[in-house]
Amino acid sequence: MNNPFIRLEEVSKSFGLLTVVEGLNLEIGKGEFISLLGPSGSGKTTILMMLAGFENPTSGAIWAGGKRIDSLPPHRRNMGVVFQNYALFPHMTVSQNVAFPLKMRSLPRAEVKERVGKALDMVQLGSLAERRPSQLSGGQQQRVALARALIFEPEVVLMDEPLGALDKQLREQMQLDIRDLHRRLKLTIVFVTHDQSEALTMSDRIAIFNRGKIEQIGKPSDIYDHPSTQFVAEFIGETNLVWGTVKSMEGGTARVQLPAGQQVLVETATDLGPNSKVCLSIRPERIKVGRREAAGNNITAAVSDIVYHGDHLRLIARSDGQSLIIKTDRSQPTLSIGDEVQLSFLSSDCWVVRP
Amino acid sequence: MSVLRFSKLIFGSATVFFLIAPLIAILPLAFTDSVFLNYPIPAYSTRWFVELFTAGVWQRSIINSLIIGCGTTVLATFLGTVGALGLRDKQLSLVLTTIKTVFLLPMVVPAVVLGVGMQLMFARYALTNTYLGVIIAHTVVAVPFVVVNVLAVLQGIDRRLEQAAASLGAAPVTVLKQVTLPLALPGIVSGAVFAFATSLDEVVLTLFVAGPNQRTLARQMFSTIRENISPAIAAAAFVFIVGTVLIAIVVNFSRGTKRAKEVR
Repeated sequence: MNNPFIRLEEVSKSFGLLTVVEGLNLEIGKGEFISLLGPSGSGKTTILMMLAGFENPTSGAIWAGGKRIDSLPPHRRNMGVVFQNYALFPHMTVSQNVAFPLKMRSLPRAEVKERVGKALDMVQLGSLAERRPSQLSGGQQQRVALARALIFEPEVVLMDEPLGALDKQLREQMQLDIRDLHRRLKLTIVFVTHDQSEALTMSDRIAIFNRGKIEQIGKPSDIYDHPSTQFVAEFIGETNLVWGTVKSMEGGTARVQLPAGQQVLVETATDLGPNSKVCLSIRPERIKVGRREAAGNNITAAVSDIVYHGDHLRLIARSDGQSLIIKTDRSQPTLSIGDEVQLSFLSSDCWVVRP
Repeated sequence: MSVLRFSKLIFGSATVFFLIAPLIAILPLAFTDSVFLNYPIPAYSTRWFVELFTAGVWQRSIINSLIIGCGTTVLATFLGTVGALGLRDKQLSLVLTTIKTVFLLPMVVPAVVLGVGMQLMFARYALTNTYLGVIIAHTVVAVPFVVVNVLAVLQGIDRRLEQAAASLGAAPVTVLKQVTLPLALPGIVSGAVFAFATSLDEVVLTLFVAGPNQRTLARQMFSTIRENISPAIAAAAFVFIVGTVLIAIVVNFSRGTKRAKEVR
């Protein structure tokens, strides 16, 4: 990346014998919305804590805006932090909470008042300024936390699972609100989450963490369509993983033999040697019911279960000992359990992942 | 089930009676007209209260108790709060665990042992028979109550509140003043009340380190009951109990309204 705004260089963090983050390199551009996504214990929150200054790296360096910041105390880093439990000061009113960072910067009282008013209007909470945090709903508290983290115009906003405690509907609304704020205020946001759909909808880039390391980093569509490892393929969305042996390779297309003897065509950029074992990821929505000669891959399978999901149907089908999940729309001719179906998918819909 | 509930009720009432019977026994005697501290009460009057607030020795001892009580409260609350701030982590190192134990030790060490030690030590530093000496002695036994109360509140404070304050630009001292201490205030207040109450009824240490000029109310009651059993003791006890109950009510009330405000 040309001229990254934040740069983590070989950053490691251990607590005693436990290494939580290991040799991490990460660059974040100005104005970027990056999500750190991973299961709990994967080190993503620790990275956020190190960016905020609540934890010090065991080794490595952190740079922001051209300055090395890893030994700066949190109050001199100028980063807004939004916590999962909001961390609003319970002994202050909403407006006192939002005014706090401005008071710390000793701004004149009139300016503080004006900016607090504006910030509360921005999150549509102007009428609740004199309430205590405990008198607000979860969503309202989250808006106060946002206003408080944004009012001092920090260079970076760090968010630690900020929507984790909200119910589904409110969460989706807040996702759109935060994305909108990001675009309007040109914020640089580092967003920690374990919710893959949240990361997919909101981010410019996603970094997938596993055991203290970045497994893959890239645009949401890249990560979804071209997961580099089995872990990423399974963590982001749903997928069918199929193991096979490469039979032949010509011009970017490999012929892979599945354990039961069927052969499928796989498009791949990497050169796969004959007889090498590969793992394929095929997304459930890419598999179509019905024979398509042009598709390249046609297999026969038996329906073993049909699950109704309202907007779509989910078929579980077995083909030569291999179980496949197929996501299909409801305009399918009626199928029933035990029926034999033809399934087809493109060679470009099979993606080789590293185990 | 009703048998169980019934026996619970009986046992509970008996325990409560056992605890407050001595108080009930002494209180009416404060209003006796007689010069003897015993029943039956021939006639009721407030002469012993007048005695308590006008007689030189009693007056002096009340003022002494207030001076020493306030001094102890201030010193113990400050030291106990600072100590609790240093010991608030849930997982302490070996050194800090030892220090915490030392802080709480005066709660279990017999006062007589402390008293002997203090008298020997204070004599070396010319602190015997001084107000400061008594205040220090009382502070030693009052600090554990402050530490326990403040620690309980501090451990309930979410560290993320302090992290949030720091990220918003507050230096460590500001975080302490604006976030930690205001949130710990209920614990500090009840610690202070405990410290004051401890000082008020501390007799053993006072016997060892105080001189005739630092005679406290409790000490005065103790010697009066041995020399001339005057009903002024009952009047003093009455003042003690009413004062304690009032403080308890005020503390409870201030906490109650705070909670009510937050809920609303």
